Amino acid sequence: MNPIEQLSARVRDAARDGQPLCITGSGSKSFYGLPASGEPLLTSELSGIVSYEPTELVIRARAGTPLGEIESVLAQSGQMLAFEPPHFGAGATLGGCIAAGLSGPARASAGPLRDFMLGVSIIDGRGEHLNFGGQVMKNVAGYDIARVMSGSLGTLGIVVDVSLKVLPRPAGSESFEVECTLDDALARFRAFGTRSIPVTATAWHDGRAWIRTSGSRAALAAAAKIVNGTRLDEDQGAALWLSLREQTFAFFAPGAPLWRIALPIGAPPLALGAELVEWRGMQRWIRSGEDAATIRARAEALGGHATLFRASPAERVRLGVFTPLAPALWTLHQRLKKHFDPAGVFNPGRMYPAL
Amino acid sequence: MNALPQIHASRQQEVARALAAVLPEDALLVAAEDTRPYECDGLTMYRELPMIVALPQTEAEVVEILKICNALGVAVVARGAGTGLSGGAMPHKEGVLLGLARLNRILELDCDNGTARVQPGVRNLAISEAAAPFGLYYAPDPSSQIACTIGGNVAENSGGVHCLKYGLTVHNVLRVRGVTSAGEIVELGSSAPDAPGYDLLALSIGSEGMLLVTTEVTVKLIPKPAMARVVMASFADVETSGDAVAAVIGAGIIPAGLEMMDQAATRAVEPFVKAGYDLDAAAILLVESDGMAEEVEDEIERIEAILKSQGAIRCQASQSEAERLRFWAGRKNAFPAAGRISPDYYCMDGTIPRRRVGEVLKAIEKMEQRYALRCMNVFHAGDGNLHPLILYDANAPGELERADAFGAEILELCVAVGGTVTGEHGVGIEKISQMCVQFNRAELDAFLGVKHAFDAAGILNPDKVIPSLHRCAEYGRMKVHGGVLPFEGLERF
Repeated sequence: MNPIEQLSARVRDAARDGQPLCITGSGSKSFYGLPASGEPLLTSELSGIVSYEPTELVIRARAGTPLGEIESVLAQSGQMLAFEPPHFGAGATLGGCIAAGLSGPARASAGPLRDFMLGVSIIDGRGEHLNFGGQVMKNVAGYDIARVMSGSLGTLGIVVDVSLKVLPRPAGSESFEVECTLDDALARFRAFGTRSIPVTATAWHDGRAWIRTSGSRAALAAAAKIVNGTRLDEDQGAALWLSLREQTFAFFAPGAPLWRIALPIGAPPLALGAELVEWRGMQRWIRSGEDAATIRARAEALGGHATLFRASPAERVRLGVFTPLAPALWTLHQRLKKHFDPAGVFNPGRMYPAL
Repeated sequence: MNALPQIHASRQQEVARALAAVLPEDALLVAAEDTRPYECDGLTMYRELPMIVALPQTEAEVVEILKICNALGVAVVARGAGTGLSGGAMPHKEGVLLGLARLNRILELDCDNGTARVQPGVRNLAISEAAAPFGLYYAPDPSSQIACTIGGNVAENSGGVHCLKYGLTVHNVLRVRGVTSAGEIVELGSSAPDAPGYDLLALSIGSEGMLLVTTEVTVKLIPKPAMARVVMASFADVETSGDAVAAVIGAGIIPAGLEMMDQAATRAVEPFVKAGYDLDAAAILLVESDGMAEEVEDEIERIEAILKSQGAIRCQASQSEAERLRFWAGRKNAFPAAGRISPDYYCMDGTIPRRRVGEVLKAIEKMEQRYALRCMNVFHAGDGNLHPLILYDANAPGELERADAFGAEILELCVAVGGTVTGEHGVGIEKISQMCVQFNRAELDAFLGVKHAFDAAGILNPDKVIPSLHRCAEYGRMKVHGGVLPFEGLERF
């Protein structure tokens, strides 16, 4: 039996025995979501790049392939994963990246991970190997199940392989620092969205804003005049964005629970304590021992939602990780789960306790 | 076809009476002469008179209509402007055609934050027109953008000529509000990134009116580039132009638009539009760059150098905005031009890996001879989306059937080379048989599972997109026995 057939057989057995499975790549994101339960099911056998043709702007790889391997293969052809996925560990795999559905500093300009999902193959809860989407840029044959896999935390199926749109690396990038208040930074970031300027990342913390521009030399020169900040040297700039992406930046050092608040562009400061801002103001991080209801209510009042990103397992269980869904949406989630995983074996309780 | 006219009439009365209780008089069309304009969408090959047409003006009316139809088990087919090209809005003969064109208000234009909240009947271009004074626009630009509605764009995940760089509808819509067949209002996605739970927004976009009825859409508005220029390049053969496309992308350039037209297409549009196309070329490419002025100058120079080194026999960059628009006018008018030179045309929508374009176009050329029909090709070369326009005359015996079989063969070729049967027009009723070729039964069942999760009653646009077991079995048998479909009047080659 090949690895896919082996996994299918394992799923059929698990479904028959009612044995939950905990789908695991390298475990780099085991901190994320509600604590996992179930028998570990390793995706390491599903490894390797299936196809990569740079001029097609598509890479197809198996779920267990290390993210670092994919990025270095792309870099050799001058390309990249434009959504700059966080790794959160040296062994991070493509499958974990898809399941967590997280994007990095470029999210506000390049779009989220799901925008780059072109196709997947999965093993569903009946052990069937199914293909959705494909390796082409445009595809509206059937519902867009491929994108649904992104951020589903492995609760709908085992991702076997993924086809992602890739993009050329920009000719160059520059990073700038500007001293300013949070209000000033938010106004500045917001304005970047209303004029033609190649800003590809923004952040603010503790009186300093950082702005990255990317493009040709001509574009960078023109953008520098508009950004008007202190230019960081290249290594310093790259290190800064990497530390934000990987949460090695000092703000993220272990301590009080870390909350991620997602807000519409233009939302004011949260006023829930010190914040770190990314994505032109759409992603805010706070450290807070405040009760979940207060934090979620504030996020909701501003048109957004709050995720308990890092906390002890006990706190995650007590506070819940993701914002509870409206009843009509919850029903849809339950029905989808029931269809794709009728016996409820895939990562049960990882996203919501009853899913 | 003419099933049980008496039962139909009493059923029609029953449903009309129920709907009349919740809708104003002018929102309900029952007489055949009133419902006739709704018998088809942009795919005129397939027609069906709806039992009733309902034209709600508010979301509350949509909710009431769906509750009634759910209770009575009546099919509901949503329709925007009816410009769709796959019969997605073709009525159900025992169903309600739900026209959403009256829900046509822009509810909120938030130019500070680059979003617009609009009703489904707002036209695609009307959004960009409203945002233009603020230097913003809505990026997806299907050729029908002057008429098509955002609700229809959501249903089909519409693209356009700029989607390689700016994305499809799915990349430019932040939130969809809609009503399920149970009459429940749901909000999918949000103005904040990464809404919690599964990405149901992605499921709803491109769902062809089968999961919910859209009543509100929040779209992204982006800054209008400071400058845009387009290079028009001629090639002596189709393969060379395909290689040139790969070379541009391989050099790290993502053009704002990257289109190919073959000679049949340029010769059809030129007399009509006078775009200045090179009619001797086997294919022309249009390659657009946009952004800050400095950036564009730089990129246009690089694009021209690459195209020339790839064997372009003529290369011309637009020198003014008027000239840029003229170069594009030909491409944007390819469909009407087809209508001008032929009584009927049938537009296909397969997507292929870009590198296979040469062989696919050559194969289509051979099919032209076999089916004895002409075909002109326009191609979103940047994203591999092919639009062969098969020219036929529905009044000439056998031509419609041959066009249909010709189209089916093109789509199956697209799947065979690693592509898909539809890039942006949707499956609708048109490509439902080819879905049997692209997906196996378990995959089709997964689509049914999604359908039932949203539409437990199964009343929203039934019998579209997802073929039944029976249909696939029938289709498979035809393929095995004939090689071509056994339509009456179809010549065997």
